Amino acid sequence: MEGLHHDTNLDEEKTASKPKAATPSSVPARSVEDGSVAPEVVEDKADTPEAVSQPKDSVAPDEPEQSVGSEDEESDVFANKTANQNLSPDSKIELYEQMVRIRRFEERSLRAYQQGHIGGFLHLYIGQEAVAVGSVSAMSKDDHVITAYRDHGHALAVGMNMDECMAELFGKKTGCSKGKGGSMHFFAPDKNFWGGHGIVAGQTPLGLGMAYALKFNKKKGACLCFMGDGATNQGPFYESLNLASLWNLPVIYIIENNGYSMGTAEARHSAGEPLARRGDAFDIEWSVSHGHDLYEVRHNISEALERAHSESRPSVLEIITYRYRGHSVADPDQTYRSKEEIEEYKKSKDPINLFREKLLREGHLTEEVAADIDKRAKEEAEASAEFAQASPYPEPEELMDDVYWETDNPEEKKSSGTMFFETI
Amino acid sequence: MTTITYREALNQALAEEISRDDQVVLMGEEVAQFKGSYKVSEGMLEKFGPDRIIDTPISEAAFSGLAVGAAMMGMRPVVEFMFWSFCYVAFDQIFNNAANVRYMSGGLINVPIVFRGPANGGTNVGATHSHTPENFAANTPGVKVICPATPADAKGMLKSAIRDNDPVCMMENTILYNLQGEVPEEDDFLVPLGKAKVIREGKDLSIIAHGKSVHTALQVAETLEEKHRVSVEVVDLRSIRPLDVETILSSVRKTNRVLLVEENKPFCGVDAQIAFIIQDQAFDHLDAPVKRVSAIDVPQAYSKNLENFQIPDHDRVLAKAMELL
Repeated sequence: MEGLHHDTNLDEEKTASKPKAATPSSVPARSVEDGSVAPEVVEDKADTPEAVSQPKDSVAPDEPEQSVGSEDEESDVFANKTANQNLSPDSKIELYEQMVRIRRFEERSLRAYQQGHIGGFLHLYIGQEAVAVGSVSAMSKDDHVITAYRDHGHALAVGMNMDECMAELFGKKTGCSKGKGGSMHFFAPDKNFWGGHGIVAGQTPLGLGMAYALKFNKKKGACLCFMGDGATNQGPFYESLNLASLWNLPVIYIIENNGYSMGTAEARHSAGEPLARRGDAFDIEWSVSHGHDLYEVRHNISEALERAHSESRPSVLEIITYRYRGHSVADPDQTYRSKEEIEEYKKSKDPINLFREKLLREGHLTEEVAADIDKRAKEEAEASAEFAQASPYPEPEELMDDVYWETDNPEEKKSSGTMFFETI
Repeated sequence: MTTITYREALNQALAEEISRDDQVVLMGEEVAQFKGSYKVSEGMLEKFGPDRIIDTPISEAAFSGLAVGAAMMGMRPVVEFMFWSFCYVAFDQIFNNAANVRYMSGGLINVPIVFRGPANGGTNVGATHSHTPENFAANTPGVKVICPATPADAKGMLKSAIRDNDPVCMMENTILYNLQGEVPEEDDFLVPLGKAKVIREGKDLSIIAHGKSVHTALQVAETLEEKHRVSVEVVDLRSIRPLDVETILSSVRKTNRVLLVEENKPFCGVDAQIAFIIQDQAFDHLDAPVKRVSAIDVPQAYSKNLENFQIPDHDRVLAKAMELL
């Protein structure tokens, strides 16, 4: 399809993985359709093709044959990589389930937003699920995660439950941040998940600091610092790359390149491609790979983790992915890309469909099990919305909590004086 | 008690806390090999090594944010800004990340970090290097802001700040670095944050100040006593947030006249908040309007002649005090 974001015929050879060998022509094509296409309303239907909920139709008969063939080959290449070859059938099914859960959670949260239960911004992760799930599944005990504002997928992938996440979106007391963070600010330090950060690239020095703390305390761990393509144009990212390389810090910058910095296509926001090549200036290993193939994501992340663990060296991994929904729900999503582009991606690159097909081919999954997983994910998402709805809002007096450690721990308070200048 | 400089007091505080807690590190531009741009960290690289005393590139956003990330993970970094003026390129890391993470996480994450360095004009270095952002910082719930004026407070408050579980912005003054003063010798000498100090007792007028203005206030108090037989009380705020409102109010209730002095610019300055608090809570005790002396409200001037006039000095503070009497 002319002007499609992502070259549908990419194969491993086209994917850059070595800094010195890579040239702009050897990496995924980034030509982007200009926003001049007549806008069409993207209907608010579920983003997952019917196949997931209706397994009988899941063969996707209208999918181009050559595309299926190429996916087959890709699947073989990455399924047999070290990171994936020892995955048990149960683990594979679990990874599949995690992606489905994220999608169903996001779809349910979108409905809650449209119903007026969620305010502010809602940045949906639909379409990018394999990146978070694949990455997080490759982590070890002392590896940590930090991300930007499109954080629901990462939160669920690290093991946060739907209830606490949905309740946070609803602004409820039972939310993971007691209703004080919102969509962009989920945290679970007990699960090595450090947020959830609202300012583009603002988390890139923080992730660096996590890697620094791990190294300082001699842990065999790394920090996976997720960011979007738009974040690559912020100064703190480059400052962080410099320090990461200079100080040999085990940080992995994962550029989830969904093609758009809000509504500005990559061709209109970034000079020079691929984006990951910018790591080359700092002698940082970089690569560009696909985000729709969970096996490929796991393979690339595992390599970077190995580099971080054994050499304490950073990486910049650009992972090409796509978001089906707008930058946020408030995004009209009609001014900068076409409906056809979105539909093409859903049809040929959907990470959930592709992984389901791989597992079906591998014989690990049946249509019945897939349907059951989907049913359970929907029920879980629905239950989380009911939980959130039934949960209480925080009381006004809780407004003053969680600002200072000292005021929350009066028995150990050392300082005195007035801490707040307008209070309840 | 031993007499040391403000600079030595800072050095002692850092050395003691780095020895005491293996998660404390000092990082910043030129803090290690160069021994500190103002020699605050002299001798520390030799004593503690490059893992604890860390030279950074000129890259405030990265090393400030790095330190915030490390603090979220439980370390206790001390970040030195060569000048607080340079914090502006790291604003997001300090005032979005360090200040907000605890709140946004519903109290799950603490950020025990200290940002410190000089924040003053009066050194003939022009507008970009002469900012006094204590009012900016104190406008942000989630951070604490301190401005010690003496060697003892510099030491005791820095040690308290390093042990504090919340982000602390400590603003020093290059002109005070050579100031000598008595400092208690005990190992665990701590000055709590949020406690102002009446450094001169008086009954006719209260001058409330912070940072270097405290010393200007003391000079003016001497003059008023000697030449006009006016008894002046001087209150050193020491801490901006938390703020010792009680000590401020009790001084006002005692003298019934108050002059606020700061080297900050006036609009939304620290003293604007203090003036509000005084009229709000001690209105009936005032025999005169609250008066202020601040830096002249233009970008910091380079020319020595202009800058000397810009920053509140003895004569300007004295003239304003006379209006109150």
